[in-house]
Amino acid sequence: MSENTSRTPVNLQSVRESDPHLQPAAKNPVVVERVIALNFIAAMLSFVGFLWAYIVNAQAWKLGATFGGGMTFLGIGLIAWGKYLMPRGPFVEERHVLASTQGERDAMSDAIVKRGGGVIQRRKFLGGLLGGSMALVGAASIWPLLRSLGPLPKGTLFHTDWRKGAFAVDQSGRRIHKNDLAVGSIVTVFPEGKQDTDNGQAVDQTVLIRLSNEHFTTQKGRESWGPHGYVAYSKLCTHLGCPVGLYEQQLQLLVCPCHQSMFDVTNGALPNFGPAPRPLPQLPLYIDSNGYIRAQSDFHEPVGPGFWERA
Amino acid sequence: MSDAIATKRSKREARGPYGRVGTAINELDERLGIAKGGRTFLDKIFPDHWSFMLGEIALYSFVVLLATGVFLTLYYIPSSAIVTYKGSYLPLYGQHVTQAFASSVDLSFSVRAGLLMRQMHHWSCDIFVGAMVVHMARVFFTGAFRKPRETNWIVGLSLLILAIGNGFLGYSLPDDLVSGTGLRIAYSIMESIPLVGTYLGFFVFGGNFPGTSMIPRFFILHVLIVPLLIMGLVGAHLFLLVRQKHTQFPGPGRTENNVVGSPMFPVFMAKTTGFLFLVAGVVGLLGAFAQINPIWQFGPYDAARISYAVQPDWYMGFLDGALRIFPAWSFHSFGHTIPLEVTIPAVVLPGIIFNLAFAWPALERKFTGDNAIHHLLDRPSLRPKRTAAGAAVLAFLMILFIASSTDVIANFMHLSLSSVLWAMRILTFLVPLITYPVTYYLAKEMQHAPGSGKRKTTNVVSRSATGEYLAESAPAYDEDVHHELVAKTVPTFIEADLDSDNGVRKVPR
Ligand code: HEM
Ligand code: FES
Repeated sequence: MSENTSRTPVNLQSVRESDPHLQPAAKNPVVVERVIALNFIAAMLSFVGFLWAYIVNAQAWKLGATFGGGMTFLGIGLIAWGKYLMPRGPFVEERHVLASTQGERDAMSDAIVKRGGGVIQRRKFLGGLLGGSMALVGAASIWPLLRSLGPLPKGTLFHTDWRKGAFAVDQSGRRIHKNDLAVGSIVTVFPEGKQDTDNGQAVDQTVLIRLSNEHFTTQKGRESWGPHGYVAYSKLCTHLGCPVGLYEQQLQLLVCPCHQSMFDVTNGALPNFGPAPRPLPQLPLYIDSNGYIRAQSDFHEPVGPGFWERA
Repeated sequence: MSDAIATKRSKREARGPYGRVGTAINELDERLGIAKGGRTFLDKIFPDHWSFMLGEIALYSFVVLLATGVFLTLYYIPSSAIVTYKGSYLPLYGQHVTQAFASSVDLSFSVRAGLLMRQMHHWSCDIFVGAMVVHMARVFFTGAFRKPRETNWIVGLSLLILAIGNGFLGYSLPDDLVSGTGLRIAYSIMESIPLVGTYLGFFVFGGNFPGTSMIPRFFILHVLIVPLLIMGLVGAHLFLLVRQKHTQFPGPGRTENNVVGSPMFPVFMAKTTGFLFLVAGVVGLLGAFAQINPIWQFGPYDAARISYAVQPDWYMGFLDGALRIFPAWSFHSFGHTIPLEVTIPAVVLPGIIFNLAFAWPALERKFTGDNAIHHLLDRPSLRPKRTAAGAAVLAFLMILFIASSTDVIANFMHLSLSSVLWAMRILTFLVPLITYPVTYYLAKEMQHAPGSGKRKTTNVVSRSATGEYLAESAPAYDEDVHHELVAKTVPTFIEADLDSDNGVRKVPR
């Protein structure tokens, strides 16, 4: 069976020129050659097209189609050439044992243990000092390296820019008057002056909602926090800090689009669905003599997701 | 006239039978001594099995990433300074945006071929990570990670982690609404680690989120530091591959002591270069026809706004899914909080999965007691326990991935969000628990199935003298018949009780 012998792997170095292993794999090389030639021609045409598309500043898809198409044709042609028209093999290569003899290994261990260890053993004191210096240079540089990267958290995470008397303003800086919101509507507010700052947007962001009075459950100790049906909650989801940006007006739920936590705005923003573990912190409000909505104080607890130092 | 021809010929003869190539090799070898090693390299044998291509896809999509990434760096500006957008995309005209965002939008609309390059960069990233995962699966299920290749398994896993990390960093650079949301989540995950979390967040971001240094820091990590690490590890990966040579499936003439396939030059070189072109071509076509990350539609990042289409890149899906379905189990006590609802799914879970993967070769060595060198691959059905374990872990990750679109599923199937949530919670445990035994018994069955591991042969139809047609399958392929005979491990040496210097090799087993 000639098929059988030609499928037995041979060594590349010992193979003779007439050997079937050096024949192309294709049954019909002429046809394959034509197909490959067509691919290369198509590739050349595509690349000319690409140049044209670039020169006339054509849309991205034309650039991509000509470039990607050309590369694809080129690739298919070359793969087919390698697969069908080159020596079909199979060829074999011996695998040599990587491992050394035990004697060679011992010689290496000996060099380390005897030559190196001997030196240390004779100068134990020096060795100790060297080790100590190395440990210290590590310890002494790691902390400064880290510390330079940023400030320490300290109390930062425990307060926001909301202060006693701070006016609630919208993104454009306009103060919110008690007649501004219709019942059932919602607006994102910031402490006045902070609406354009990074911290204001990332940390102070608060949702102000005007609820109808009927279904509202006031939490203990928060009786004066929601004047006139206005309540304000931190907009940072207590799960991972996404802005709680969806308001389900019918169900009176604030929904976080990230992982679908839902907070009941009529009941202290307690979470009633999803992975958020805590209610959204509530901002105590009052309405001043001119009818503007202002904060009684900062939030009474840290806003946003949980962290170790939080009680 | 004839003189000229004569000098030409004598010149050619002086060069020897190999012409200019020969001269060049001579010159190089005199200086660098490359001929012997070079010949060995050209003769290096590569197995022909298709599954060995997966690593190549990963490698070549990384090449495309580098090429397109260098193009992007020429136009992208890593700065969070606020500018007024005055580019050619009218809906954003006049808005105050960061320079990072403005330059990314300009890349998409004003730089010639810029949009194509951005989309190719993003697509090759997704393909890069995908190819790595599939490549890893083939290494796992065929046992290619066994001794002596444990080191390369660890190098490969580190590459996967770096690639995922760099993808995430790159995703944040355009500073659009979706990427900012992803960063906010990443920050909160760091913050959730007990004791050091808040410090970690502050040091990485240069302060409380969003910090001051995010864009420039992430830029230098994304375009320089992580790619350099990846290149170094890819180099190590390939070095080990050449040093230890390829594994191969059992087959005729294939033993633990050889490699059968095609030589580096010219066969493999042609195929693999063609493959580079093909990968670049497919990425180019995807970049042309499949829109990805249209940041101008999301708009610039604004911490107080959110897009409803928050979707991370696919390789982050399993984390997002885990975060969605894990219950709200925050731990508060002794004046401290451990946000278990974040720490467990986003820190502990990936920690366990990746550490288990790192340790797998050692664990398997320990539990099977198999400390031998292996160059022949396993058929997955011959190792039912390993195959079932791998399938169960993949099934688990797959369910978490699906769980990252609970809202989409609920909408699509008109179910309540809470029934989808509970279904996913149950499936997360149920599916792996079912996958394990099913895979195990399927593998066992396949071991005993007649003709397992062999290719289907053609049916030979013959017509008898009476006009009756008979169909019979042709005998199995020659190569397949040999399988069971060659797959056996043949001892390469017999230990002799002699000291090593007697010309007898003693290798401990
Ligand atoms: C490890 C490999 C890499 C991965 C996985 C990766 C992934 C990504 C991803 C997913 C993006 C977002 C793409 C988008 O704008 O839609 C991105 C952006 C970017 N990448 Fe890479 N990348 C890699 C290597 C590189 C390299 C080596 C460079 C440069 C030398 C580079 C330069 C950039 C730049 C400048 C951007 C911002 C582009 C923009 O905002 O439009 N990347 N990368
Ligand atoms: S961040 Fe709001 S639910 Fe996860």
